[in-house]
Amino acid sequence: MTSDTLAKSAAVPQSPDRTDLPRIVPHRHPGQWTAAAAVLVLLALALNSVLRNDAFQWGVVADWFTSDSVLRGLWLTLWLTAVVMALGFALGTLLAAFRLSANPVLRAVSWGYVWLFRSIPILVQLLLWFNIGALYPQVLGVRTVDLLGPVTVAVIGLTLHEAAYAAEVVRGGILSVDRGQVEAAQALGLGRWRRWRRIVLPQAMRTIVPPAGNMLIGTLKGTSIVSVIAVQDLLYSVQLVHHRTYQVVPMLMVATLWYTAVTSLLGIGQYYVEKHYARGTERTR
Amino acid sequence: MSTGSDTDVMVDIRDVHKSFGPLHVLKGVDLTVRTGEVTVVLGPSGSGKSTLLRTVNHLEKVDRGLISVDGDLIGYRRSGDRLRELPEREVLRQRTRIGFVFQDFHLFPHLTVLENITEAPVSALKRPRREAVDTARRLLERVGLADRAGAFPRQLSGGQQQRVAIARALALEPRLLLFDEPTSALDPELVGEVLDVIGDLARQGTTMIVVTHETGFAREVADTVVFMDDGRIVEQGPPGDVLDRPRHERTRAFLSRVL
Repeated sequence: MTSDTLAKSAAVPQSPDRTDLPRIVPHRHPGQWTAAAAVLVLLALALNSVLRNDAFQWGVVADWFTSDSVLRGLWLTLWLTAVVMALGFALGTLLAAFRLSANPVLRAVSWGYVWLFRSIPILVQLLLWFNIGALYPQVLGVRTVDLLGPVTVAVIGLTLHEAAYAAEVVRGGILSVDRGQVEAAQALGLGRWRRWRRIVLPQAMRTIVPPAGNMLIGTLKGTSIVSVIAVQDLLYSVQLVHHRTYQVVPMLMVATLWYTAVTSLLGIGQYYVEKHYARGTERTR
Repeated sequence: MSTGSDTDVMVDIRDVHKSFGPLHVLKGVDLTVRTGEVTVVLGPSGSGKSTLLRTVNHLEKVDRGLISVDGDLIGYRRSGDRLRELPEREVLRQRTRIGFVFQDFHLFPHLTVLENITEAPVSALKRPRREAVDTARRLLERVGLADRAGAFPRQLSGGQQQRVAIARALALEPRLLLFDEPTSALDPELVGEVLDVIGDLARQGTTMIVVTHETGFAREVADTVVFMDDGRIVEQGPPGDVLDRPRHERTRAFLSRVL
């Protein structure tokens, strides 16, 4: 047994006639076993306290988990996340291109945008957009308040915020691609768009995907902030219920479980996206 | 000396100057390469030989002077007494007729060997994919890598990667091949296989300019050896003259260091 594992790990077949050499014994780690046992006990205690505590009211959680109002809120959270990510990354990619361009005006504008929108807390931004009617009562003859409902305000505010961060993520990805790649493509006569689409972007994606996955999950949960302007997302939907029934904790558990479930699915999706862009590299982690 | 109209001349470089900020890298270079000839450029690091090579397919713009390849002014068009820079589309079209092989290969790591070779013929020359694939397989056979078409660059040795890069340059059927220190990034035991491929191309009459430190290769393959130092061509001639009977002190000093 010992000689088996030894042969495998050393990749050199152990010749049977060399029994005169001393046998190799791996170092033991009793501390690791103790630590693992202690952590498992603590976890079991925590789990037990959650499941056996009646104040969580798991029955109420089950009743509301798939109720219409909660599912409507979940749906809004999902599409709001998707729209904000798509628009945010579209604008962010444009900003990254500006920042990397040879044109100093475009570079400055891009830098200024990122500086401004990363400086203002998203909550403050949402409230400002929500009250934009105070600054500009009318736009093209239409009352601003009619034009910008709460959902539109949520999309605009979150997108502008997202784009500032996406710009940096995309810029980092593009910078991670070796300059020689572009040069080789230029030497082969590949056009600007083809160089970007076929050579730079697929390689940049390897650097872009992990932080973009982070942002996606952050945005999913971050959309809960729109409840302050009365947009009926997942969080606001459960709040509407517990304001009526006073079952605060179980309703928050409904939201928690949904957020966790969707986040887990996104994590699985990210694994496959990363695998796709790891093409041609042995190292996938 | 109106060599531009001479059909025998492939590359005509006249009074080329190039600076990077305060650094004057090329200080007036004149060089003529005839069709079917191999020109090897030698010189110490920083002598401007790589920069000169890069100006020939307009990877570097020149500050003064002009370069023509097969009668085409590279990167510019003449209008009256001015040279106006061409739009990028035109420059890219010119580059498809000039193959360039880099020191560090610069293969596309996310594409297979075959995809690396077919990319430019399909997207820049609009060749049908099937035709491009056939050509690519023929070229891989020629550089001795017929069985590695489906591999990714990182699965190949440096010498194999450089041979793929040569096949990739050949796929555009260029009239001129430029090699920028093609063996400098290779382990010593892999240099030979790459030089063999380049030597074969030379014997088949491919016009090429090779920047290298391999004086043995220069002696064996070159029609003309050019020695550059400090942004200028110090001397040029047949390898027997420049390598064995250099007339300039700087050439002698350089050769005594590398030989």
